[in-house]
Amino acid sequence: MSETRWTPAARGPRRPHPLVELTRARLVEFVREPEAVFWVFVFPVLLALALGIAFRSKPAERLRAAVERGAPAQARILAILRASPDLTVVELSAAEAAQALRTGKVDVVVEGTAPAAGSEGELLSVTYRYDTTRAEGRAARLAVDDALQRALGRPDLLAVREERVAQPGNRYIDFLIPGLVGLNLMGSGMWGLGFAVVQARVRKLLKRFAATPMRRSHYLLSFMLSRLVGLVLEVAVVVGFGWLLFGVAVRGSLVDLAVVSLVGALTFAGLGLLVAARPRTIEGVSGWMNLVQLPMWLFSGTFFSYERFPAAVQPAIRALPLTALNDALRAVINEGSPLSASFPAVLVMAFWGIGSFAVALRLFRWQ
Amino acid sequence: MTTETQRAFNAADRGEFDSMAVRCAGLVKRYEDVVAVAGIELAVRRGECFGLLGPNGAGKTTTVEILEGLTVPDDGLVEVLGWRWGTGRDHDLRERLGVQLQETQLAEKLTVGETLRLFASFFARPRPVDDVIGMVGLEDKRHARVGKLSGGQKQRLALACALVSDPELLFLDEPTTGLDPQARLNVWEVVEAFRGRGGTVLLTTHSMEEAARLCDRVAIMDHGTILAMNRPTVLVDSLGAEQIVEFELQGELDPLALTGLPGVSGVGGKGSSFRLSVCRIGEAMPALLSELERRGLTIESLTTHQATLEDVFVHLTGRALRDE
Repeated sequence: MSETRWTPAARGPRRPHPLVELTRARLVEFVREPEAVFWVFVFPVLLALALGIAFRSKPAERLRAAVERGAPAQARILAILRASPDLTVVELSAAEAAQALRTGKVDVVVEGTAPAAGSEGELLSVTYRYDTTRAEGRAARLAVDDALQRALGRPDLLAVREERVAQPGNRYIDFLIPGLVGLNLMGSGMWGLGFAVVQARVRKLLKRFAATPMRRSHYLLSFMLSRLVGLVLEVAVVVGFGWLLFGVAVRGSLVDLAVVSLVGALTFAGLGLLVAARPRTIEGVSGWMNLVQLPMWLFSGTFFSYERFPAAVQPAIRALPLTALNDALRAVINEGSPLSASFPAVLVMAFWGIGSFAVALRLFRWQ
Repeated sequence: MTTETQRAFNAADRGEFDSMAVRCAGLVKRYEDVVAVAGIELAVRRGECFGLLGPNGAGKTTTVEILEGLTVPDDGLVEVLGWRWGTGRDHDLRERLGVQLQETQLAEKLTVGETLRLFASFFARPRPVDDVIGMVGLEDKRHARVGKLSGGQKQRLALACALVSDPELLFLDEPTTGLDPQARLNVWEVVEAFRGRGGTVLLTTHSMEEAARLCDRVAIMDHGTILAMNRPTVLVDSLGAEQIVEFELQGELDPLALTGLPGVSGVGGKGSSFRLSVCRIGEAMPALLSELERRGLTIESLTTHQATLEDVFVHLTGRALRDE
């Protein structure tokens, strides 16, 4: 099939413009699809709400220690530990304590033992049992040890002043909200476009369009344009929600946020079109969608920082479009950096977006 | 492309050439191990309604989609409204065509008016949407969503989408398949009105009734080839029969015993099941009955009907069309 040509003679009194009409039809179809509206707008808000509550900053979480019942000096140890403001103390049998430690209900088990033969005075001897791989275990061990040692007379040699930091900007929810914006832009861009395109192919609507003088690039561009309208609402809903409920502020300029979101949305619209360019069935496109998105769900630092992955794979992770989008969003929302600071990330996104749109246009299967 | 095809194509009289809306020659399309179209040659005159008639799998849809420029043939020449596909004028050519594909499902969430407005925007000089809605009689469904329409209304909307380009040539692929009689009639009236305005139609169907009613000429297709092509009445007349008599016997009979009967122009079938082409029913029936009585054979069942295109198809292929 040859490429369709645009001849000036065919222009005539052409209104309304096909690109406008295609975009309009696309948006009308979207808002008349209640499920789609749910997944794009309600779902991310629910996700943010659930995660925000689960990881909310609690007032100085107390560590949990168990004291073994019936061990020597049990009453004395209990009294000392209960006086500590950092600890919640329970009294358990040896078996119960082992069980509680295993399931994470307590962070450390303290067992008093008889003073070793030959030791002097009233000094105790204790055994700490805890999971060294858990941060809470190590912290609880230190807190218990500190309380006991002090109560038994160890002097503090250092004057200490404490400053507690739990302000907006440093909490998990502050980290999470930009990630959710990024994830949402990826999801609605790829699933939204991918499904719509493949469905039109299955229903032979693409073939029907191909039988008209419609320019093929107009059809694909209309999907990109419809994403622009969608993205404004998507970003606003999640950012607005984070601000109202958790006080997550946008520290940078809203214009920069709009630009970063726009580039991100177009990037994933392009990728969505590329993934949907060939498959003939909804099942087929779903598999490809998952294959493409899964690495980004895992590695792109939406839920936790990607710095935790080995240094060797960092360049690959940074080359992913969602990583770039998340980094740029965090720079604007959390750090308040100017757009120029996110230039490399924008470049990475533009590469993916333009590249995949161009390839999609070539590979696109109309029937 | 064989040089023979090329020569046949080029040798065509230029005057006749210009009066043709569609011409193709030596058309071949293969899919993996199936030959869907095996060397088709046909010509559709301007202002004519031409029907491709045949069972499912005969290659009708593939042929039409090649003519519509949606499928590239493996071999052969195609000319539509004087232009060939793939010579840089595809866009302009599509402006002049109206296409209705088999089984296109339009977007369910859009209304009738929105759908037509979208299709109209693709064309440089579309018909006004209101006009087209009036042509297909969907005025009171203008604001109804496509998903809520009946099968017949959806089909009329598909026709409207094809007519919105104000086409010179209309391609209709199985326009009435699956519709009830009233809905079929509505579609036929729209097609007849289009022809009344001087439009050219190429349609496919496996309904003999539809072909006989709408088409000036039909091509009977089977297994990717054209078996016969002419006016429906000429094809029916070629059977040499006014009536078809079908009967079943208790017991068996040699077909040769029937060939000499007066008024019988053809004999089909064997054993106990037969099918006679009859040109003078008044002579043939008494002769048949007395012949059977003479041989002591009893009739199990007997039907007689006016010869139709269906009988032409059976005569050409030995198979019934609707059994496919």
